[in-house]
Amino acid sequence: MSRMGSDAHVPIEVFGYAAKDTTGHMSPFKFTRKPAGAEDVTLKVHYCGICHSDLHQLRGDWGNSKYPMVPGHEIVGTVTSVGSAVSKFKVGDTVGVGCMVYSCHNCDSCDKGLEQYCDKMVWTYNDVLPDGTATQGGYSTIMVANEKFVVHIPENLPKDAAAPLLCAGITIWSPMLYFGMNVKGAKFGVVGLGGLGHMAVKFGKAFGMHVTVFSTSPSKEKEARELLGADDFVVSRDEEAMNAKAKSLDFIINTISVQHSLNPYLSTLKSNGKMCLVGIPEKELSVLPVQLVAGRKMVAGSLIGGMKETEEMLEFCGKNNITCLVETLPVAECNTAMERLANNDVKYRFVLDLDSVQQ
Amino acid sequence: MGESGVVETLGWAAQDKSGHLAPFKFTRRATGPHDVKMKVTYCGICHSDLHQIRNDWRGSVFPMVPGHEVVGVVKEVGSEVDDFKVGQLIGVGCMVHSCHSCESCDNGLEQFCPKVVWTYNSVDTDGTPTYGGYSGELVCNRKFVLRMPENLPPDAAAPLLCAGITVYSPMKHFGMTEKGKSFGLVGLGGLGHMAVKFAKAFGLKVTIFSTSPAKEKEARGILGADEFILSTDKEKMKAAEKTIDYIIDTVSAVHTLDDYLALLKTNGKIILVGVPESPLQLSPTSVIFGRRFVGGSLIGGVAETQEMLDFCGKNNITCMIEKIPMSYVNTAMERLQKNDVKYRFVIDIENTLTSE
Repeated sequence: MSRMGSDAHVPIEVFGYAAKDTTGHMSPFKFTRKPAGAEDVTLKVHYCGICHSDLHQLRGDWGNSKYPMVPGHEIVGTVTSVGSAVSKFKVGDTVGVGCMVYSCHNCDSCDKGLEQYCDKMVWTYNDVLPDGTATQGGYSTIMVANEKFVVHIPENLPKDAAAPLLCAGITIWSPMLYFGMNVKGAKFGVVGLGGLGHMAVKFGKAFGMHVTVFSTSPSKEKEARELLGADDFVVSRDEEAMNAKAKSLDFIINTISVQHSLNPYLSTLKSNGKMCLVGIPEKELSVLPVQLVAGRKMVAGSLIGGMKETEEMLEFCGKNNITCLVETLPVAECNTAMERLANNDVKYRFVLDLDSVQQ
Repeated sequence: MGESGVVETLGWAAQDKSGHLAPFKFTRRATGPHDVKMKVTYCGICHSDLHQIRNDWRGSVFPMVPGHEVVGVVKEVGSEVDDFKVGQLIGVGCMVHSCHSCESCDNGLEQFCPKVVWTYNSVDTDGTPTYGGYSGELVCNRKFVLRMPENLPPDAAAPLLCAGITVYSPMKHFGMTEKGKSFGLVGLGGLGHMAVKFAKAFGLKVTIFSTSPAKEKEARGILGADEFILSTDKEKMKAAEKTIDYIIDTVSAVHTLDDYLALLKTNGKIILVGVPESPLQLSPTSVIFGRRFVGGSLIGGVAETQEMLDFCGKNNITCMIEKIPMSYVNTAMERLQKNDVKYRFVIDIENTLTSE
């Protein structure tokens, strides 16, 4: 069913939280979204996850921030209207919008369902659409997106705990499948136990692998084992424990977002082992070539995931009851959440409650 | 057939990390039931010979007789050997033993076996040091002896045993064989020129990235490269971004990986086969944006070395060499240090190995 709203040409009034400058401090912000087009889906936002890249972009860390900025690309909501050409969604559906809102659909990457690698891809916030409109994200009450970039959220998953699947989840799922890190019984390592890391542990266990967590925080061990099901936990500063892991792992997902040396982790890989980077440290990382050559090992990278595979991941999560471990806060507390995130004080993803906004 | 006693052999060895090579008499083991004894005719000089005689990688044990691109003829076979005949043209590469009971060996990747024994500067199963192919004779377990194609000149074929397999193996393993795709080669030396030859044989479009403008004419004219780009030419490098499907990187000096990663299309790969001693820096965004990867590769297993040799025989592929007498070897090492060779030195052991 699809219908065009009678007020189709009126900009949509939205309430959100935006930063005005590189302090990253957010405050209430009224703005408008363009009227929904024929292919667009309009949703009332219930929840939006806080991604570490929101923090980076709010503070201008990557040198490309435009203000005012409404962040948020882990958006879950309910469809309130659909454009006349929309076929995949109907009013009342629980849906999600992730990191992208546009791609060219006319290139090799788009053809392969890898919109994230399209040269013309547009991010959900802090970017510009082809028509010149600045994109604003999901720390807001209403989201409008082309149906190609909207996904169904399985009804059995709690909406807030499902939200971070749209970035953290797919960022881990995509490389695990692409690089074959889903072999039952294989030995899998996860470096860094944050938003991305805890999803890697969950998927690792779901794929039947033996999971070792590497972390700088001994305090995370109990939960890693008991709550997430990790089989082993190594404090990366413990040289002896690291040495004991030498040549033992088939694959590693590395989520660290600060500068570090890859070599101690490469040493834990067996020959033909693979490491995939998903965190984005600003500085370069050190690699000793002999580490790669002497064992035919590889260091790869991966960026979120395409739309088709995001749908597949959500389906898998729905079937296997996989969601994220979240701390949900009213959106008005977004600044507090950011401060705590800056100190890594979260188990393991903050989710902002947009329903808490008094209209 | 039949076993002989321990044999005195003449070779050239380095006695210390000055790397100076000179005549050296030593003994080879008696030909055991599973061994093949080879009269060495030619031996290629690999850059790793230079590294090891100078103890660049630490772990060098002297006296050291280098050489792991060894070609010759069968002189004698052990009683259990039925797949090699006296007089047959054979080769021995970088390995002379592995455990044959581990995952790597089972997968034909003996080079990753924890118990692998290298052709020289290693310790054999009987506790004796291994001495390589800068010598008159070699005794080797038949599992590590290779059949050299009869139609290839043995001197020009010798470097296939290390340089050849070192690029052939990753090119096959990582799928760098799809006709029409775009292949990049970084560093045009012994390894590099073989990569170009194989790439052309696989029907790839070849772009060479080099720091030496002088190499362009030959790269295009003799090796058949389609493009040649000076890596210092920022404009040309920028124009080449996101145009290459896969890259083999042979450079053994420190260099900027990010510059070459930028050349790759989405899902592109760069495989290191050179081993710079110092760490390289990698910007995560170079691999994350575009889902690229950096890998490494080490020579190749025995079965794939044989496969490569057969492929070279069928397609008439050999190396471009400069044949030298044994007495020239120290000068050759000096020139190799300066990259002054097109593209591999090969020692004429048969005719020039003397105790002088």
